[in-house]
Amino acid sequence: MTLVQVVVSGLLLGAIYALFSSGLTLIWGMMNVVNFAHGDFVMLGMYTAVVVWTALGGGPWASVPIAAIVIATLGIASYFLLVRHIMRGPMLAQILGTFGLALFLRYSAFNVFGASFRTLPDTLVGGSFVLGGIRFEGARVLAGGVGLLVTLALHFMLTRTAIGSRMLAVSEDATAAQLMGIRPQRMQALAWGLAGAATGIAGALIATFFYTSPTVGETLAIVAFVTVSLGGFGSVLGALIAGLLIGVVESVAAFEIGPVYKDVIVYALFVLVLWVRPQGLMGKQ
Amino acid sequence: MTGRRILHLLLIAIVLVYPLLAADSPVYGRLGALVLLGAISASAWNIVGGYAGQVSVGHAVFFGIGAYASVTGFVHLGLPPIAGAPVGMLVSVLVAAVIGVPTLRLSGHYFSMATIAVGELVRVLSSTSDFLGGAQGLGGPAMPRSVFDLSFVSATPYYYIFLAVLVALLGLTHWIERGRMGFYLRAIKDSERAARSLGVSAGRYKLYAYMLSGAFTSLAGSLYLCMFGFVDPESGFGILLSVKIVVMAALGGAGQLFGPLVGALILVPLEELSNSYLGGQGAGLTFVVYGAIIVIIARFLPSGLLSLLERRKVVRRAD
Repeated sequence: MTLVQVVVSGLLLGAIYALFSSGLTLIWGMMNVVNFAHGDFVMLGMYTAVVVWTALGGGPWASVPIAAIVIATLGIASYFLLVRHIMRGPMLAQILGTFGLALFLRYSAFNVFGASFRTLPDTLVGGSFVLGGIRFEGARVLAGGVGLLVTLALHFMLTRTAIGSRMLAVSEDATAAQLMGIRPQRMQALAWGLAGAATGIAGALIATFFYTSPTVGETLAIVAFVTVSLGGFGSVLGALIAGLLIGVVESVAAFEIGPVYKDVIVYALFVLVLWVRPQGLMGKQ
Repeated sequence: MTGRRILHLLLIAIVLVYPLLAADSPVYGRLGALVLLGAISASAWNIVGGYAGQVSVGHAVFFGIGAYASVTGFVHLGLPPIAGAPVGMLVSVLVAAVIGVPTLRLSGHYFSMATIAVGELVRVLSSTSDFLGGAQGLGGPAMPRSVFDLSFVSATPYYYIFLAVLVALLGLTHWIERGRMGFYLRAIKDSERAARSLGVSAGRYKLYAYMLSGAFTSLAGSLYLCMFGFVDPESGFGILLSVKIVVMAALGGAGQLFGPLVGALILVPLEELSNSYLGGQGAGLTFVVYGAIIVIIARFLPSGLLSLLERRKVVRRAD
């Protein structure tokens, strides 16, 4: 394995990190809500892919859109039933509510699917190939590529379209936005739907190369939190940059120092960045 | 008022004789001690998280320091585990200063995220340390060598030890709450900028609260080790532990003296009884209910269960 190979696989990994963090950063930035159930949303997206494969025999082409719809629905339902009521409360109420939701989802999955790990067949996304001396795994290339595309699409939707401007208006001042004829609740529900869709897509793609289990969300949530804080809350572009950075740092650290220390390096880097630049790489002061 | 006084005396009496009532059942005997241990951890968190409003989601760092200080004292020096408690508290104060000075400058969510990252950092590092027993963890004395090992078959001695610590901690918290520092902390929680403009050195008082909170969380960790005799990176430094501490305090009512105790009284029995009665198989289903209860409380009582009492008080005053 050469360093180039390591960096390339780090970039692919980072694009996936960016994808499943973009939903979290969208909600965080728009509503100032910490979603502790975010990792479990990813987990349910992964199970959707497992179910689509085992019940219907469908690959990512079927499972990605289905997971997007399922998790978007879950996000909108969470918004109307829970988040809408706790978002104006103290931050502790948000932790309490979304952590309760996380346990609820995690153990519902445990009851339905059991504790055992599920994996999709390796051949589902065309094995692996060599290009210019670098080995690529089909599943990771697909996941990384889609991750990059969806994250960029989300970024441009927020910054370049009318609906994006309306969403940002609500996030800056909901009352003022309402006076301009924008319905804040509709925009916030839309944000949860979009975040859910991105998260569902991420889950369905991750399931093609990673094991699926009821508790997998816990690990993924920590990565997402670090990515979002490092990139700056609310900045999808920041999440993309931070995701790629973390992916590369992790891969290089695992290669140069040892796999055990890759997390140590990432967390240490994160704390260091927060110390020097508390608002994250792309965050506004 | 006499009715209230009778109620208070009755509650105190129940707390004091509970182990005797539960003596026949090992499950309920253990449960009493566990509720108190949970209440100690959450009450310690409450000083910085509740009163000062700095939501740390990494308090397992201190819990783990306490547990590991106790167990390493035994493994490497042959000391009774409880001898590690003051060492753990001292180390926790130092670690709190090291973590707190950079992170307490961060506001709101950023502070919470930084504490999560530090917690994970410590957990991963501890699993690579041979001194701390690596990923397998370390065990305390297998057989009690003397009474100082605090190794008892019955849960009753633990119950009274934990009760004494909790009463001391709540007494200290009450004293802080009513003193100058309590006012400073609440002012910082409401608006740090306003507190600063009135001459409160916010940074210093946040750090004091964090160090104090860390020291008592560490004590809870040492007590945990005395009772369970074992700790590994997940049970000592795991993020689930950090979150549970926050949830206990928030469920009862953060920033209120008895809030963490009320939270522990609800969450610990819910978890323990479901584990012992339903075993591994049913545990999934009961955690579904556990999660749902937390969601419902957050949805309808965002300031915790004790806010119900506050509401009644307001109504009474209005009458």
